[in-house]
Amino acid sequence: MAPALCANCKTERALIKRPKNHAKLCKACFIAVFEDEVHHTITSSQLFYPGEKVAIGASGGKDSTVLASVLKTLNERHGYGLDLVLLSIDEGIKGYRDDSLETVKRNAAQYDMPLKVVGYEELYGWTMDQVVETIGKKGNCTYCGVFRRQALDRGAKMLEIKHVVTGHNADDVAETVLMNLLRGDLARLSRSTSIVTGDSRSEVKRSKPLKYSYEKEIVLYAHHKKLDYFSTECIYSPEAFRGSARGLIKQLERVRPTAILDIVRSGEDMARLVPGESPSSCACKGQKRAAMAPAEDDVGGCGSQNGRTPGNEMAAMDKQLRENEANEGLEIDVGKAMSESKMSGSEKQRDLPIRSGNGASKAVPRQVRGNCKRCGYMSSQDICQACMLLEGLNKNRAQIQI
Amino acid sequence: MSAATEAAAIPITVDFSGGLEMLFDNQRRHSVSLPAVDASGKPATIAFLIDHLCRTLMKDPRAELFVLDNHIRPGILVLINDADWELEGEEAYEIQPRDNILFVSTLHGG
Repeated sequence: MAPALCANCKTERALIKRPKNHAKLCKACFIAVFEDEVHHTITSSQLFYPGEKVAIGASGGKDSTVLASVLKTLNERHGYGLDLVLLSIDEGIKGYRDDSLETVKRNAAQYDMPLKVVGYEELYGWTMDQVVETIGKKGNCTYCGVFRRQALDRGAKMLEIKHVVTGHNADDVAETVLMNLLRGDLARLSRSTSIVTGDSRSEVKRSKPLKYSYEKEIVLYAHHKKLDYFSTECIYSPEAFRGSARGLIKQLERVRPTAILDIVRSGEDMARLVPGESPSSCACKGQKRAAMAPAEDDVGGCGSQNGRTPGNEMAAMDKQLRENEANEGLEIDVGKAMSESKMSGSEKQRDLPIRSGNGASKAVPRQVRGNCKRCGYMSSQDICQACMLLEGLNKNRAQIQI
Repeated sequence: MSAATEAAAIPITVDFSGGLEMLFDNQRRHSVSLPAVDASGKPATIAFLIDHLCRTLMKDPRAELFVLDNHIRPGILVLINDADWELEGEEAYEIQPRDNILFVSTLHGG
């Protein structure tokens, strides 16, 4: 097969086939286009202001390493005027985080950025190893997820930084959209699609500049730029549900690569239907500044699981999908129905009944933010999730000591 | 294996990264001498290489982390001499002497 030439420069050999549009690009053009697209996301959503101090949530993995590298490049190229700092969380998992933290330390030197590490042990008095020793492997991701969320905020506060960027990519967002869809949690689905989270009350805002970047391209960017990243799996068992969603996304990508960004955009469109929740997305679609969604309580965990899905489970899902396809003819044309209802003069946004979570007890359409009475951290309940979990853990520890 | 097929082995390098190295003795780069033809006498392709790696090189019993339903697991990228295998014919690509084949997983977090 004759080597294909780059569709952009038409001189170099194409090495990359882009999942979003099948464009064949050479290494240099791919790197340039990848960076330009992140720059576009940043400027069109007005993510930063000149002189802003920004913490990069850094795990040493591919996503945060690429984020740090790209932000450094763009900050210098386009004069963002950002003061970038790496912020790492030490969950206290021997043989996992201690190794990846070494990568982050090297990154700090490579990118000439200061590094701050905050540990679960210093913040909560518990390492994840101790948590797992107490509660077992089942459900430990919940603890880790809740603790990490707060730990990033607290680390940022220690550094007097009000903005944390994370390496969440398009595949991660698609995965979360799918999970919330499958759980029937439209309120959380809406929040998870937003590029910026944290409302005006919260002291630290979060954003995901790689929200529209394919995981595949992130890995290829890291490969072609020879970035130093760490890849291993958390030694504690990953969440089965997230794993299944991830496996499904990857299988869909194989047959239809555009599916990932399509799911992200579907999520954004669905978010617009949720009353009181702000749509996200780029300013080129009309909005001046990316609206902030309330902080996403991604209790689900770290979003860094490999889908260790047994093949038969995926095969079952695949079969289901094929059956659904066969039933396609039975579906109602939603687009048509909606445009008809618009023509009949209904309001722009209709109040749809929203279910939140999986039961009546959690059926709160919108979260009201307050502060935790125990630790003062922002929380929609009297006692924040982290303090609730800690209370349970500390009771267990007391029992063990007796 | 007959002397003829042994003589007709293709020398290549195979790299594993993104977490896949753990399935292959925690080693990133392997020099592989690949039989030039498969059992039915057809030239060695990527599909044949994948099967060959599972049979001869993988040290870990969790083959499903590398191969699902006889194909490379979705989420694992294959680069042939640094080019996306989608540009080279994927599984049907016929392996040439001194090729470098990289398998990189996108599935592992940090």
